Amino acid sequence: MLSKIFKFNGGVHPPENKLESTGRPIQKLGIPDQLVLPLRQHIGNLPKLRVQAGDHVLKGQLLAEAEGTISAAVHAPTSGTIVSIEEQLIPHPSGLPDVSITLKTDGQDQWLPHQAIDWQQLAPADLAKSLRESGIVGLGGAAFPTQVKLRPASGPGLKYLIVNGAECEPYITCDDLLMRERADEIVKGIEIAQHLLKAENCIVGIEDNKPEAERAMREACAKSSLKITVAVVPTLYPSGDARRLTALVTGIEVPSGKRSTDVGVQVFNVATLLSVYRYLTFGETTTSRIVTVTGNVRNPGNYEVLLGTPVEFLLEAAGGALSDTNGLIMGGPMMGFQLPAAKVPVIKATNCIIASAPRLFPEPPPAMPCIRCARCADACPVSLQPQELYWFSRAKNLEKARDYQLFDCIECGCCSYVCPSDIPLVQYYRFAKSEIIAQDKAKEAANLARERNEFRLSRIEREKQERAAKHAQKAAGAKADAAPADDAKKAAIQAAMARAQAQKTEVTPQNTENLSPKVQAEIAEADARRAEAEGASAVDAANQEQQEG
Amino acid sequence: MDRSPYVTESPSVSVIMLKVMLALVPGIVAYVWMFGSGVLISLALASVTALVAEAAMLKVRSRPVMPFLLDGSAMVTAWLLALALPPLAPWWLIVVGTLFAIVVAKQLYGGLGYNPFNPAMVGYAVLLISFPVLMTQWPAPLAIAGAKLSFMDQWNYIFNRVLPGGIGLDAISSATPLDTLKTQLRLQHSMESITSAPLFGQFGGKGGEVVAGAYLLGGLYMWQQRIITWHIPVAFLGALALMSGVAHVVNPEHYAGPLFHLFSGASMLCAFFIATDPISGPTTPRGKLIFAAAIGVLTWLVRVYGGYPDGVAFAVLLLNICVPLIDANTQPRVFGHPK
Repeated sequence: MLSKIFKFNGGVHPPENKLESTGRPIQKLGIPDQLVLPLRQHIGNLPKLRVQAGDHVLKGQLLAEAEGTISAAVHAPTSGTIVSIEEQLIPHPSGLPDVSITLKTDGQDQWLPHQAIDWQQLAPADLAKSLRESGIVGLGGAAFPTQVKLRPASGPGLKYLIVNGAECEPYITCDDLLMRERADEIVKGIEIAQHLLKAENCIVGIEDNKPEAERAMREACAKSSLKITVAVVPTLYPSGDARRLTALVTGIEVPSGKRSTDVGVQVFNVATLLSVYRYLTFGETTTSRIVTVTGNVRNPGNYEVLLGTPVEFLLEAAGGALSDTNGLIMGGPMMGFQLPAAKVPVIKATNCIIASAPRLFPEPPPAMPCIRCARCADACPVSLQPQELYWFSRAKNLEKARDYQLFDCIECGCCSYVCPSDIPLVQYYRFAKSEIIAQDKAKEAANLARERNEFRLSRIEREKQERAAKHAQKAAGAKADAAPADDAKKAAIQAAMARAQAQKTEVTPQNTENLSPKVQAEIAEADARRAEAEGASAVDAANQEQQEG
Repeated sequence: MDRSPYVTESPSVSVIMLKVMLALVPGIVAYVWMFGSGVLISLALASVTALVAEAAMLKVRSRPVMPFLLDGSAMVTAWLLALALPPLAPWWLIVVGTLFAIVVAKQLYGGLGYNPFNPAMVGYAVLLISFPVLMTQWPAPLAIAGAKLSFMDQWNYIFNRVLPGGIGLDAISSATPLDTLKTQLRLQHSMESITSAPLFGQFGGKGGEVVAGAYLLGGLYMWQQRIITWHIPVAFLGALALMSGVAHVVNPEHYAGPLFHLFSGASMLCAFFIATDPISGPTTPRGKLIFAAAIGVLTWLVRVYGGYPDGVAFAVLLLNICVPLIDANTQPRVFGHPK
C-alpha cells in the first residue's frame, strides 16, 4: 500500500555512487590476528572493565559492562587471549587515543554457550536488564545505546515505530544489502520492537533508490502477522536523519529540544533491529557488523566484519586501496571524517570506509566571501539561516548564533555542499557550538566562585562581629563601673543593635511563600546576611557618633 | 583534517556572475538593435574602468588580486551601470560613475560580499544628482530618430562631443517615455494624446519595450538556472503593477497603466538584475517579498509624484538600508519550533 509522504525544507542530491558497492552480496571477512576493541564505541558513559590482560575469552563473552543509564557493554567478537588494555588510536574525529582492549585471536571462533532469551515471557524489568547486557547500539552511525530506546512500555505505547532504511548518505550501501539479504530477520526485529514498545504503527522508510531492498522488505513484511508499512521516500539527503525521516513518513516534527518519544515516535536503524532479533532469539551479542568498503579500492563491496578488525585488514579484502589514495573516510562523504590511521579498528559505528583520492574528493578551492545568495538556507533541512549563523560564528557573536538556533543544526553539510563561495560552514558551526558550551561552563564556574566568595565574605563579617561583641562583653565585665563615656558608647552600640534586631524581626509582607523550600532557604540566608551587614554598619555608626561626641 | 562534506556541487561565484552576464546578453543585443551600438562603447568603458579600479583597490587593501578579479562581480556591476546610463553620455561620466561604484560603494566597504548598497545604483544615483542634464540625454529610438550615427560617429561623440556636420543633438536624442509622460501630464495634456506620440510603442516606449522584453527573457533564464528565486521579480513587478493598475482604474486620464510601467524605464532590469543582487538584498523568502514589493511601490511613487522620471535607483538604495531590519524580522520558522 502507498503511504503519504510529507516534506521537509531543503535537502540536496549529491551523486550517489552506491552502485559500485552493491554488485556483490555481503561477504564474510575472516578473523584477523588481532582485534582492538575501544571501550567507548557508543554515546554515553565508559563501560566498566570486567577482564584483564592475560585472560582467555570466548566469543560473545562480556569484556566490559554498561555503566550508568546511557552506556553499552562490550563483548569479545571471537575467542582468544587479551594481550593488553591500554590507550590506542580509535576511529574518532579528534584523532585522540582511548582505552581499548587488544585481543589476540585463536582462530577457533569458539562461542560462549548462549541460549535464546525468553523475551515474550520475561518481566519488563528483567528484559530491560537483559537488553542492557546486549551491548547493542544504533548501527546507523550514531551508536546510541539501544537498551535506552527499547525499554518495555509500561503505559500506553508509541504511536509510531519508524524503521530507518533510508540510507541517504552517498556511497554507503550496508543497510541496502542487509535489507536485500536479511529482510526476514529485520522484520522479526521489528516485531520484537513493536511488542516491547506497543507501537500502534510500524513504518519502514526506504529511499526510492533502493528498489531491490524495498521489494525484499515488502515481501518480508507481507509474511508478518504485524501490519508494517513500507514507505518509499524520495532520494534526498538527509532523509535518513531520524527527525527528517519522522517528518517524511508521519508529518510529525519532533519539537526542538525534545525527544522523539515525547511525541510518540521512536526510530531504529534496520541493522539495529536485526541485532536485537539475533540477541533475543539466539542470545547472540553483537560481534560483527556490515561495513561498506568503497571509493578508491579495487573491489568495492560490503563485508561482514568482526568488531575490532583493523581497517587495513578490511581494505586488503577489498583488493587494497589504489595508489593515489590520500586518506580514509569513515562514514559517508557528507558527514564522515578522516581516520587518523589505517590500523584503527572497525567499531559498532563503522558503517562505511571510503578510500579517498583527489579524483573523488578534490581539495576545495580557497573560500571566497559570502555573497548572501542564501542557497544554504534553501538547502537547510532544519530551515535555519546558515548564512546568518556563519556571520555570527565568524564574528564570535555567539549569543546571536544561539538566538538563531545554532544548536538545532545537525551538521549534515547541505549548506557547505551548495555554497558557491566554498566556505567551510559546518566547521564554523562546530567551532561556535564548542565556544558556547565552553563559555556556558566558564560562566557556571564563575557563578559558583562568586557565590563561594560572597559566602566567605559574609562569614568573615559575621566572625568579626562576633569577636566585637565578645570584646564588648569582656570589657563590660572587667570594668563594671567604667567611665561614663564608655557607658555611652555601649549604650549607643546596644541601641544600634536593638534597632537592627527590630528591623530584622519586623514582619514585612513577602512574596516568597509559594516558592520551593530550597529557594526559600536561599532567600532566608540572603536576608540574614543583609541584616548582619546592617547590624555591622550600625556598630560603625555608633562608634563614629561617639568619636564625634 | 576534518573538512566534511567532502563533496560540493555548487557553481562558483565566478560561474554565477558569468551566467548573470550571459543573461544580460539578450538585453544588450536588443539595445543595440533599437538604439544603436553606442551602448557597446559604454559597456567596454565601464568594464575596463571597473577592472582597473578593482585591481588597484585590491592592491591597496593588500588583498589577493586575481581571485577577486576573476570572480566577475566587478564586471557585473560595470555592465549594470552601463546599461542604466544614457549610452551617448560623455566618456568621463561613465568612468566617474564606475569608479564611484567600485571604489566607494564596493571596495571601501570591504569588497565582494560586504557592500550594504548596490554598487551600480550608488554610481547611478551619484551621477544623477551631480549631472542631471547629461543623465537625461537619451538617444531616440532608431525607428524615429531624425538621423542615424555610425559607430565611429558615436565614438566621436562620446569621446570628443563632436557630431557629424548637419546633425544636431535634437535629431538623435529625446526624452524618455517616462520623462515625457511626466512633463506632458503636468502640462495638462491628455493621456491619449501623449501616448499616441511616436516615442511610445505598444505598451512602453518604442524600442525600450523590446529591450525590457529581452531583459525579462534573460531574467527567466537566471530563474531557470536557479541563480535567482522568483520572489524578488514577482514581488517587484507585482507591486508596481498593482500600484499603477489601481491608480489607472481610478483615473486613467492621469495615471498610466501597469503594462506601461512594467515595460518602461528600468523596471525589468531592476526586477531581475538589480533588486536581485544578493549581497545588498535580504536573504529570507519573506524578506525578499517585502523588500521587492517596497521597491516596486517606491519606484511608482517616484515616477508619478517625485522629481525624477524613474525611481528605481533611489528605491533600491532606500530599501538596501532596511535589509538588516527586514532580515531580522522575517526569519523563517526553524524545524521543530512552534508554528
